[in-house]
Amino acid sequence: MSVLVNQETRLLIQGITGQEGSFHGAQMLEYGTNIVGGVTPGKGGQEALGVPVFNTVEAAVRATAANTSVIFVPPAFAAEAIMEAAAADIALVVCITEGIPTRDMVEVHKFLATKNTRLIGPNCPGIISPGQAKVGIMPGFIHSPGSIGVVSRSGTLTYEAVHQLGAFGLGQSTSTGIGGDPIIGTTFIDMLALFKDDPDTKGVVLIGEIGGTAEEEAAQWTIDNNFTKPIVAFIAGQTAPPGRRMGHAGAIIAGGKGTAKDKMQALQKAGIIVVTSPAEIGSAMHTALNKN
Amino acid sequence: MKVHEYQGKEIFRQFGVVVPEGYPAFSIDEAVANYRKLPGDLAVVKAQIHAGGRGKGGGVKLAHNEKEVRDLARNMLGMQLVTHQTGPAGKQVQRLLVEAGVRIARELYAGIVLDRSTGEFVFMVSTEGGIEIEKVSQKTPDKIIKEWINPGLGLRGYQARKLAFALGLEGAQVKSAIKIFQSLWQVFYNKDCSLIEINPLVVTEDDQVIALDAKINFDDNGLFRHSEIKELRDITEEDPAEAEATKFSLNYIKLDGNVGCMVNGAGLAMATMDIIKLNGGEPANFLDVGGVANSKTVANGFRLILSDPNVKSVLINIFGGIVRCDRVAAGIIEALSEIDVKIPVIIRLEGTNAQEAARLLKESSLQFKVAKSLQDGAEQAVKAAAGGAK
Repeated sequence: MSVLVNQETRLLIQGITGQEGSFHGAQMLEYGTNIVGGVTPGKGGQEALGVPVFNTVEAAVRATAANTSVIFVPPAFAAEAIMEAAAADIALVVCITEGIPTRDMVEVHKFLATKNTRLIGPNCPGIISPGQAKVGIMPGFIHSPGSIGVVSRSGTLTYEAVHQLGAFGLGQSTSTGIGGDPIIGTTFIDMLALFKDDPDTKGVVLIGEIGGTAEEEAAQWTIDNNFTKPIVAFIAGQTAPPGRRMGHAGAIIAGGKGTAKDKMQALQKAGIIVVTSPAEIGSAMHTALNKN
Repeated sequence: MKVHEYQGKEIFRQFGVVVPEGYPAFSIDEAVANYRKLPGDLAVVKAQIHAGGRGKGGGVKLAHNEKEVRDLARNMLGMQLVTHQTGPAGKQVQRLLVEAGVRIARELYAGIVLDRSTGEFVFMVSTEGGIEIEKVSQKTPDKIIKEWINPGLGLRGYQARKLAFALGLEGAQVKSAIKIFQSLWQVFYNKDCSLIEINPLVVTEDDQVIALDAKINFDDNGLFRHSEIKELRDITEEDPAEAEATKFSLNYIKLDGNVGCMVNGAGLAMATMDIIKLNGGEPANFLDVGGVANSKTVANGFRLILSDPNVKSVLINIFGGIVRCDRVAAGIIEALSEIDVKIPVIIRLEGTNAQEAARLLKESSLQFKVAKSLQDGAEQAVKAAAGGAK
């Protein structure tokens, strides 16, 4: 029914005693996520949200058998937090933090290549498998269990897509925001590979945006890997001027590369249903599923 | 964040990247005084604006004596310099760089950027210096030679050597190039740069490799550890409304259309611009008010949008998630009762408590139009903007 997070998720919150960590921690708890502990260096031994707080991720894993972590620490310390979680063999690390220096993420990227940890984000809303676990900051109640996998570089635009799916009675197997930064852990391709192998995912909504070539690479991947489930894609930034960073650090057309037009063409060439209007994501998926 | 060429060269000097002797000037007299400090007669007077293509636009000129420096400085200071990167209005020149002339044997290119597909920084050189590197990479990509940098190891000696030989350098030039390449990497790494470009990197007649230009962009996310870089910001180079927006932690980019928009979240903000265009309108701006749309951010956002006289209607598109829509609606009502808005405002609120929010908006004494959907909101906003123009 889902990928990456589910009822087996045993979640650790890095930065649990901070403002963001405690607020969203409470929301995740309310959603029914199994939170087993938190980490705030120097606050080990205390309790927060009814779970124990540890000084290090390693100690937290040893005591709680956590398998997933969500990071809410400030940008200056977030790269360290990701590496600490990976060093403690956490299988899935979701980094919500926005504003991590690129230089730090280059180092994280290299470090993770030697580990078995999957990173989602940074600068992302997180991941949710409706009815099972919510690891992130998305509003839980707009989601419902179902068969559509959602993968997106955006936050609120993802909620918009989920909302539209809901209007057609389409729930989600898992919905993931992979992040708006130039360097991210889990990519479109990674999520498509997971959705391909998930028998309960019947269709995929892919939301890209200007900057980089991740959408083009994903399009090629679906051809090379014979991806047969219907994909509905939308690319944000069709009207964005070149050379300007559109909010997200990664959303920039640079040196003529990363335009919405190129991405939409590559996706169409791969047989993916590309909608030009963000208001047609839900209806396009509804139509595509009825055809199959 | 961008800096001027002379500021970039000052950083280069600190790290041992060889650049010509030169000094910034803010007045004609200062330009002449700087010229007197230079070792030879030949000098270059360069307009300092945050845009490339200055040479073609008349912003880079040779001078052979004091009188020529004075005349050039008089002409350049205050001029509107138009290049392919400034837009048709150009940018006003307020600073000059007066620099010693160099006898050039060859013009090359060197640059460092992030390769997003590998997640590594990449050092690039090309024999095609002095021209637009974007064109080289499109037409003759094999003329750009690349070395990817391991973040733990930096640009190693063998890599710098490889780049130098690939450029066809020989003898003393090779040693000079290796030193400059490794120093450039030190600048890039230690200062949290997002881009360094030297176009041209030149070989002089006496076999020295030096940076004739210096384009440095800094990673905004890295600025918190570089107060010395933040001090170099030249706010006069930025759009006033965009500079104002950063004060309120808002993401605002001015565009040329007449339909203003205010949205929470960058992706949804871009999508809102797109749907305005699809409905036959032109977006006037990109504005992301962030995840928490409260009365203060909405009020500041409105002031920014309305500072653009072209705006004929405003579409507010908020997806209320954890912040409930009724709270957002209350914020909008509070903000707009303080500001005198004379143009149509169309509001589309979706998400938690959206119906309650719509009721609050309708019951308020303010003249909102409430949209039923994203499509409906875009249609109404475009129509209102067109109507206002008649």
